[in-house]
Amino acid sequence: MRVESTQEFSLAERTTFGFWVYLMSDCLLFASLFAVYAVLHANTFGGPSLGSLFSLPTALRETLILLTSSFTAGLALLSANRGKVGHTIAWLSATALLGAAFLAIEWSDFASLARGGSGPSRSGALSSFFALVGTHGAHVTLGALWMLFLIVSIALRGLTPPTLRRLTCLVLFWHFLDLVWIFIFSIVYLMGAF
Amino acid sequence: MSLFGTLSPEALPQNPIVWAAAVFMALVVLGIVFLLTYFKRWRWLWGEWLTSLDPKRIGIMYLIAALVMLLRGFIDAAMMRAQQSLSVGASQGYLTPNHFDQIFTAHGTIMIFFAAMGLMWGVINLIVPLQIGSRDVAFPLLNALSLWLFIAGALLVNASLVIGEFAATGWLAYPPLSELAYSPGVGVDYWIWALLISGVGSTLSGINFFTTISTMRAPGMTLMKMPIFVWTVLSAMVLVIFAFPVLTATVGLLFLDRFADMHFFTAGYGGNMMMYVNLIWAWGHPEVYILVLPAFGIYSEIVPVFSQKRLFGYTSMVIATIAITALSFSVWVHHFFTMGAGADVNAFFGIMTMIIAIPTGVKIFNWLFTMYRGRILFYSPMYWFLGFVVLFTIGGMAGVLLAIPGADFQLHNSLFLVAHFHTMIISGVLFGYFAGFTYWFPKFFGFTLDERWGIRAFWCWFIGFLLAFVPLYILGFMGATRRLAHYPAGLGWQGLFIVAAVGVAVIALGALCQIIQVIVSLRGRDLRRAGSDPWNGRTLEWATHTPVPSYSFAHIPSVEARDALWDSKQRGDKEVSSYEAIALPRNSALGLIMGVLSFSIGFGMVWHIFWLAIGAFLGIVLCLMVRSFNEDTEYITSAEEVARSEHSYLGV
Repeated sequence: MRVESTQEFSLAERTTFGFWVYLMSDCLLFASLFAVYAVLHANTFGGPSLGSLFSLPTALRETLILLTSSFTAGLALLSANRGKVGHTIAWLSATALLGAAFLAIEWSDFASLARGGSGPSRSGALSSFFALVGTHGAHVTLGALWMLFLIVSIALRGLTPPTLRRLTCLVLFWHFLDLVWIFIFSIVYLMGAF
Repeated sequence: MSLFGTLSPEALPQNPIVWAAAVFMALVVLGIVFLLTYFKRWRWLWGEWLTSLDPKRIGIMYLIAALVMLLRGFIDAAMMRAQQSLSVGASQGYLTPNHFDQIFTAHGTIMIFFAAMGLMWGVINLIVPLQIGSRDVAFPLLNALSLWLFIAGALLVNASLVIGEFAATGWLAYPPLSELAYSPGVGVDYWIWALLISGVGSTLSGINFFTTISTMRAPGMTLMKMPIFVWTVLSAMVLVIFAFPVLTATVGLLFLDRFADMHFFTAGYGGNMMMYVNLIWAWGHPEVYILVLPAFGIYSEIVPVFSQKRLFGYTSMVIATIAITALSFSVWVHHFFTMGAGADVNAFFGIMTMIIAIPTGVKIFNWLFTMYRGRILFYSPMYWFLGFVVLFTIGGMAGVLLAIPGADFQLHNSLFLVAHFHTMIISGVLFGYFAGFTYWFPKFFGFTLDERWGIRAFWCWFIGFLLAFVPLYILGFMGATRRLAHYPAGLGWQGLFIVAAVGVAVIALGALCQIIQVIVSLRGRDLRRAGSDPWNGRTLEWATHTPVPSYSFAHIPSVEARDALWDSKQRGDKEVSSYEAIALPRNSALGLIMGVLSFSIGFGMVWHIFWLAIGAFLGIVLCLMVRSFNEDTEYITSAEEVARSEHSYLGV
């Protein structure tokens, strides 16, 4: 296909395109942290191996919650595209709740590691674990807060072009975080356990 | 925890040279404040410039900031060469070793991040929208935010001169030296936050211009009809998008090491300091091409126009650009062959490094073949170009020599290396932006620059460059390492260091010529008025009026061929006389406010003033929320107003 003229891209299309490009750059941020984890994960400085510190059932629970939240986020976007304000808000709220549940589990996991003397300053391996998983967690936190703000905006203003545009970006962001988590689950937790 | 964190009166300068610099900076700021007040220009500054979302204004603000930083970086360079020509044998020179270390760190940081990057963003902002026939960039407020993040980073570096200290680690702050154990002061923290803040700005700009070029080209401008400058910018933006997140991650991890007692790069606790060096150069090598590709693009615009001939080998130029973009990610280990990665790894990266010289050579030959049988007009941009060809070829051959791991083991961290990369960056990047500055100046200011002073500036720079850097190649072979604050007299290096210092003085004359050039041209501007197309240009930036109106184009041009304007001139297209209303983004202070808040985050984190950092972060969140509730972001210029403005340009 030959694109003869490009200026007829609408603002919504341009924003989505730009957001995709942003996600690609964020991918590189995570790629760097994965590389750091790959280099450092065995440098436990006399401590136990990382795999023996993690609980696989907890990680699986986190995975299932995040995957479900991606599904509800998708439903929110479908409802929004059909113009259903109530449904959109309901599905978004469900997504935010699932996100909060994920963060709660992650936080208690981090806290119990730190209590057991395996905090981020214990060794290079643990530093790289906390940096990688923590950066993902920080992204989920920002995404959840953005979601709350968007719920309020949609409740106040309805599904206007700007709110729809932002919802599209947010849902893309959420799916992207889900994808990053799949890699974290596989590389950090599954490969650590087996 | 006190209200001011770790900030105390001891942070003020302790040494007379720094005091003098601080007083000088204060006087400059006071002078500007006085002039603005005296001429009642505050409202003008705020309304026309600081809050503007017009890429043409933003571009000029980038250029001003970058030129100030270029001057600052140049003063650092002159101080280093002065020290090195004095500090030999019994004499210790006039700088303490720690002060000298801070100066070379500041020099490198400033020149790359705030001078070269600033010149690049400035030219991109000014030229890319016009060359693709667009009135704006994809995300205007984001663009202003990038500018203010850039300025916030630059101000942090300058603040460190007066309050506290700057890093004394070299411009890439290698650990373990940059770790808390060995650099306990705030210097490295200033470096970290200046890079984090301006780096985020660069990433956002990269996304913005990639989207702009991808989605906002004039009707008919297919990829293979884009001007080469746009191609090189598109490629540089790909590199920005892929490389800058790596820098942000790396510098962020160094911050965690220092701030949260983590162990990514520490010598003990299972850290790995060579990982830092790998990561920083995975950004650092593409960064070289981020700077140099747009400069190649500028040369590719200038050579055809002044040879009055279309560019030789457009397609091969595009392929070469893309090849350089791809290869630039596969050569980073050549910055540290001495790491000990083994013969196979070093051989791979050595060969990749030599391969990247091939597409670069293709470009050089394309430019030369463009000149061949052209009717060449010898304006000063062509002087910069020809100076570049000579120096870049010399520097490039030195680079291929360095790409041989065995030779590199001898030359690693020597002044030969310093001479090599200065040859590449000064001729490849700086000369390119100087040429572009002269070439595009009339488009934005309405008059051309004085040629005589421009050519004098060129000769001073060219000869000064050779005097300043040829001795460094020789000194490198004699075993002089970089970053020496002092050396024994018996080595016999002093003479060459003095020649290098004389070279710096000649370059300073060149810079003086450029300042005189601007003043002379400004005073004689009535005699030097330029029309919309002073050079008989080929691309769309010359299709609109001079100076460019706020809406850039009354009608979005439609493109049928490469060199769109040249093609339209050949066909004798007529102006359309009916006009339509044009929507443009309203001014917004949010970019500036978020820049100030980002500076506060950086300053707060450097001095552990956490209420300031957290408050400023919440302030940025609030700004984003305010913006999202503002739906009135555009203003309309009515068809009558456009017609009136167009008629006044056309003198109807």
